[in-house]
Amino acid sequence: MKASNLGWKTQLGDRVPEPLATELDVFDNEIALKKQGKIEDRVFAETRLRRGAYGQRYDNGQRSDGKATRTLNYPSANTKGPGTLWDAPGMQRIKIPFGGLDAPQLEMLADLCEEYSDGIAHITTRQDVQLHFIHIEDTPALMRRLASVGITTREACGNSVRNVTACPIAGVCREQTFDVTPYAKAITYFLLGHPDAQSFGRKFKIAFSGCRENACALVRLHDFGAIAVTREDGGKTRRGFELWVGGGLGPVPQQARLYDEFVPEEEILPVSQAIARVFARLGEKKNRNTARLKFLVSKLGIEEFKKLVAAEREILPYDPRWTDYLKDVASYAEEPLKPPSLLQIDSIRPAGFEKWHANNVYRQRQQGYATVTIALPLGDITATQLRVAADVSRKYLKETVRSTVEQNLVLRWVSEADLPALYSDLKQADLATPVAGTIVDVSSCPGTDTCKLGIASSRGLAGELRMRLASKNAELDEAIGSLRIKVSGCFNSCGQHHVADLGFYGVSRNKNGYTVPHFQVLLGGEWSNNAGSYGLAIGAVPSKRIPETVDRITGRYRAERLQGETFQAFVKRIGKAECKKMLDEFTAVPPHEEDASFYSDWGDPREFTLGDIGIGECAGEVVYPIDFELVAAEREVFEAQLQLEAGNVEKATRGAYESMLHGAQALIKYKFLVAPEDPGKIVDDFRTQFYDTEIFFDPFVRGKFAQDFFRAHEEAGVTRTVETAHQLIEEAQLFIEACYSCYARMTAVPVKATA
Amino acid sequence: MINPDAVQHINLKVFVSDAGAIDLADAVGVFHEWIRESVCPEMLIDVADYRHVPAGPGVLLIGHEANYSLDNRENRLGLLYNRKAALEGGFRSRIEQAHRAALVACDRLEQEAPFRGKLKFDRNSLEVFINDRLLAPNSDDTWQALKPQLESHFSGFTVERRGEPRDLFRVSVTKR
Repeated sequence: MKASNLGWKTQLGDRVPEPLATELDVFDNEIALKKQGKIEDRVFAETRLRRGAYGQRYDNGQRSDGKATRTLNYPSANTKGPGTLWDAPGMQRIKIPFGGLDAPQLEMLADLCEEYSDGIAHITTRQDVQLHFIHIEDTPALMRRLASVGITTREACGNSVRNVTACPIAGVCREQTFDVTPYAKAITYFLLGHPDAQSFGRKFKIAFSGCRENACALVRLHDFGAIAVTREDGGKTRRGFELWVGGGLGPVPQQARLYDEFVPEEEILPVSQAIARVFARLGEKKNRNTARLKFLVSKLGIEEFKKLVAAEREILPYDPRWTDYLKDVASYAEEPLKPPSLLQIDSIRPAGFEKWHANNVYRQRQQGYATVTIALPLGDITATQLRVAADVSRKYLKETVRSTVEQNLVLRWVSEADLPALYSDLKQADLATPVAGTIVDVSSCPGTDTCKLGIASSRGLAGELRMRLASKNAELDEAIGSLRIKVSGCFNSCGQHHVADLGFYGVSRNKNGYTVPHFQVLLGGEWSNNAGSYGLAIGAVPSKRIPETVDRITGRYRAERLQGETFQAFVKRIGKAECKKMLDEFTAVPPHEEDASFYSDWGDPREFTLGDIGIGECAGEVVYPIDFELVAAEREVFEAQLQLEAGNVEKATRGAYESMLHGAQALIKYKFLVAPEDPGKIVDDFRTQFYDTEIFFDPFVRGKFAQDFFRAHEEAGVTRTVETAHQLIEEAQLFIEACYSCYARMTAVPVKATA
Repeated sequence: MINPDAVQHINLKVFVSDAGAIDLADAVGVFHEWIRESVCPEMLIDVADYRHVPAGPGVLLIGHEANYSLDNRENRLGLLYNRKAALEGGFRSRIEQAHRAALVACDRLEQEAPFRGKLKFDRNSLEVFINDRLLAPNSDDTWQALKPQLESHFSGFTVERRGEPRDLFRVSVTKR
């Protein structure tokens, strides 16, 4: 953990904007309270998850060394969640809405991955950035530094609205209906922290696409996917969205259903809010395996779901934010740094330029400009490379950079005549690999490298395939060059294997008395048409034979495809049985004594085991708002104590009193769903509902803690001494404890009397 | 004003003089073995493999107090000792501790079966980083504050500041 952590708050000062600064102070205090054992594991886990601070493999203190499972003796016995040790390294997910990044943000990511992580920033399949091997106590400083450049990690994990994705070429795309960027941005900040999006049983994913045909946003695998469309109405062109709901991958992949062919632009935010309300109210909460929106849509049927959302929409109280942003949408546009120009035919081209130009350069709708893809191996980029990306974004663009769901970066608005110079600059930093969007550009989730749920080494396999395919220049192969390969470490599909031509996900098989890493093979998924169809599962092949399997399948496609036949059509034509036959010769596993390599995974010489799989945190913890509200009240008491120690008696008094109000308010809200804001009304409601009924009464001291609260309210505004303020803080602490007890009694399962 | 004794998170990289014949993939197995055998004083956790990243961090042995890696940044392979947890003593003492840890790891790596006779570190060619921009930005102030103790510890070596202001504070250390 960093010695400088506390210093960043002072150093950054006003550069951390509100409300992020306050939120991070809150997180600091929650960490302090957790270290004192004052926050329950489950609640702290959801607290950190909602800030993007995830667990990582081996954080339960157990790790197989290939021969036996050993205990990792982390220094602290404290935990940061159920079965998750405090000192165990974790992952920090950083939301990058629609993938948009500028130069200071790239530089900040460079600094952070160097100082807190292992020198690598990882671009995910949802346009996020992830840093690994982070200590939980470093996360507030890390988050402050991100906030100073306009990035929040809030709701990057947990049961919340995850990073909103969008086409990385939105606004410069030749096929788009219109630029979806301002809408993606608006929905991001509208739903961030929105009260209607805080009580989900599971995560909620949103994507925006500028067109139906391309894949960039993968709308149809999202909970809420919006495709830009227009409609002629009274001689005017109206903007709107074809809205798809209830899509998702994971073990039960489901394509999104069409919700509406045209949701007008002014309705997209209120409809998202109404859907969030329906999901929060009716979505599954107890069984995380059936808690995604797709299950609710299936259960209700799309028509019933639409009716419920429409009814919810009707009763939503008006919010000016629904449409305020629209006045700026028409004028929203990125600007180039340089005037348009054309690539000179007779210009001197650096070696390798043509191949790079063919694969990594996209001609924009704006004549004279191009978008350049930086193809990153497995989504990994070093600190040095991030700084080079920042430098070139200043030299050639107005810092218009985006991350992509294919784990790459794109540089938008390159004046075409600059392409050779840009290529040379990128090449010097190993950022000009000419494989963007080809079969070599394999994407992968973290898998067993760092994920607690990983079964097999997706990154190990992806790296191996990438290396082998690159060595054969497979990206240049006219038949197979544009196929896509995607790998997941397990069935949870973070590598998006369902929508690849060749998809793989990690499984295991027991062979010859050993557990052997395998990958399930899926063929013929459709990347285009916004992930138009999912691949067919054909069979499982040992990990070590997947490269041969890829050679066999691609070789047969190359040899037997019909004129103009796509890979999807080819797979469909030859059929699943024939596809299975292709795999059969690769399924055998030699005895251990004959070839032990089959019994370990790619890039990991330890003997393979499933023993390292932990309990996933992807689903978050199902924590009701009262859990957070009581923690917040407790934190206020803690802060009041700090104020008193700093000599601020008045602030300490106010803080202690407000913590009691908030504790009472949390109980009222839990029981009646709504609670008043006015202190007098809170006290009245609390008295009627919890004191007079004796629900709040402690078995021993009866109504004492409630009486303390009533007295604190009567004396609010009275000037206190240090001693009486101290007493109030103690009473507040006990009152909050009593609130917890009351909540526990209200939720307790009655115990049957025994004879 | 930089207080040398407040400076933590010292990184020290010892460059290889000859690595022509080694396969970095072997480091993965070696580091897993180091975890199994608990060969370092630090608590060792896992191995991270970034061989696919050009001029990247190579293969890392992740520990709680420190990471060890065969690091290939700037395409210069070396053993990097990245101290994460605070070290006791003043700056001079911390440099000594980090330097010693790095040299012990170099000795051990050179003796590992896959590297024996193939991997040779040049103990006269090093770099020192401070992996904390707040405690030690790459500035003249930091340089002035740390230079005397760096030169004292590396007596007989030339110590030169490197990099640009946005880089970590960084010095090269070469035998005179």
